[in-house]
Amino acid sequence: MNDTLILRIISAVLYILLGGLFSGFLAGLDRKLAARMQGRRGPSVFQPFYDIGKLFSKETLALNHGQFVIAFSFLMLIVATGVLFFAGVDILLVFLALSTAAMFLVFAATSSNSAMSTMGAQREMMQMLAYEPMVLITAVGFYMATGIMNNGVGSFKIMDIGSNDLPAIIYLPGIFLGFLFILTIKFRKSPFDISTSHHAHQELVKGVTTDLSGRNLGMIEVAHWYENTFLLGVVGLFFLCNEWWSIPLAVVAVLVVYFLETFIDNISARVKWELMVKLAWGVTIVCGGLNLLVLEYIF
Amino acid sequence: MAKITKSPWLLHYDGSSCNGCDIEVLACLTPVYDVERFGIINTGNPKHADIFLVTGGINEKNKAVVKQLYDQMPEPKVVVAVGICACNGGVFKDAYNIIGGVDKAIPVDVYVPGCAARPEAIIDGVVKALGVLDEKQKAFKAAKKQKGENK
Repeated sequence: MNDTLILRIISAVLYILLGGLFSGFLAGLDRKLAARMQGRRGPSVFQPFYDIGKLFSKETLALNHGQFVIAFSFLMLIVATGVLFFAGVDILLVFLALSTAAMFLVFAATSSNSAMSTMGAQREMMQMLAYEPMVLITAVGFYMATGIMNNGVGSFKIMDIGSNDLPAIIYLPGIFLGFLFILTIKFRKSPFDISTSHHAHQELVKGVTTDLSGRNLGMIEVAHWYENTFLLGVVGLFFLCNEWWSIPLAVVAVLVVYFLETFIDNISARVKWELMVKLAWGVTIVCGGLNLLVLEYIF
Repeated sequence: MAKITKSPWLLHYDGSSCNGCDIEVLACLTPVYDVERFGIINTGNPKHADIFLVTGGINEKNKAVVKQLYDQMPEPKVVVAVGICACNGGVFKDAYNIIGGVDKAIPVDVYVPGCAARPEAIIDGVVKALGVLDEKQKAFKAAKKQKGENK
C-alpha cells in the first residue's frame, strides 16, 4: 500500500468521525456571530448539538414509516458523498452522489400529504435546477485548470486537482465566485424563504422538513452538517496544491468563506427565492461561462 | 439524553387576540430581549415545537384549530397561555362568542396574565414552562422505558 492511499483512507475516516462535529460547531459559531451582528447575545456555540440531542429524544411523529428510510438514506448518501470526496476520487462521481442525495430530501418531503411539504419539495427542485449548472461548471473548471498546469493532461481526480504546482483558484477566480453564490443556497441560509431555510416564519412554514419530526428531523440536520463540511472541502480544494503553504491557505479560505456566508445572510434579509433562482443562472453564465471561455481560448 | 430545556422550540398561535400580546411575543425575539440566547426558536411548525404559546381567548371557530395544533406536537410538550384573554377570556369573557381561556380547549401548564403581557413576563412564563417541560421529559422517558420492558 502506498502512502497516498493510506492518506486518502485516513482523511475519509476522519471525515466520517469529525465531519459532522466540525460543521455542527461552525453552525453554532454562525448563530453566535449572526446574533452579534444584530446586536444580540445569541445562543451558546453548542446550541446546534443541544438541538440535535433534543430532536433524538423526542417523540417521532411520522405519517408513514417510509419517512425514516428516506431520511436515513439522505444521511447515508451525504456521508458517502463526503467520503468519496475526501478519499480523493473522481469529482464528477462526487457531484453525482450529491445530486442523488438531494433527491432523497425531495422524496422525504413528498412522502407526506402536507401542502407546505409538497410546495417545499417543488421549491427544492427549482433550487437544484438553479445551482446544478454551476456545480458541473466547477467540475469542468477543475479539469481544465489541471490540464493547463499539466501540459494539457486534464483530470477529474480530486487527488490530481489538489496536487498541481499552483492552487486552482489562480485559473478559476470566476468559477470560485459562482461557487460562492450557490453556496448560500446549499448552506440553506439566504434567502429566508428557500425550501428549508434555517430562518423561521416563512410562507412554507419549514418547507421540505415541515412534516419531519423527532429522530427523522435530527437525521436531516446531521446530514446538513456533513454536507456543509463537504462543501467547505470543495472551497478548500480551490486553494490546495503540492506546496505546504496551501494547506493553511485553504483553512483560512474556508473560514473566510463561512464568515462571508453569515455576513451575506445578514445583509440580504429581504431577498426572495425567485430573485435568487433568476440570479443563479446569470451568475453561472457570467462568472462560470466567462472563466471557462478564458481558459479555453487564452491558455 | 439531552436536556430538552436547553433547546425549547416554540409555536405561537393567535387565538382571538387583539394583537397586543402578539406584538409583545415578537418583541421577545428582538435584540432588546433576545430569547434566542436560551436556545428558543419561534418555529411556526407544530411538529418541530416543544412549547405551545397561545394568545387570545378561545371561541367556537378556533377551538378545533388549537386542539389540532396541540395534537400535532410531539411529546413532551407544554402549553403557555399568554395574556389575560388566553388565561380566562379577559374583557371578552362575557361575549357571546367567547368560550373562555385556552384551558377550555387543551390542558394549560403556565398562565401569564397581563393586558398586554409584558415581554419580561412572557420570558418568565416560558422559563417557568421549561421546568414543567423537564418534568414531562422525565415522565416521557420513564414511560418509554416501561413500554420497552413490557414488550
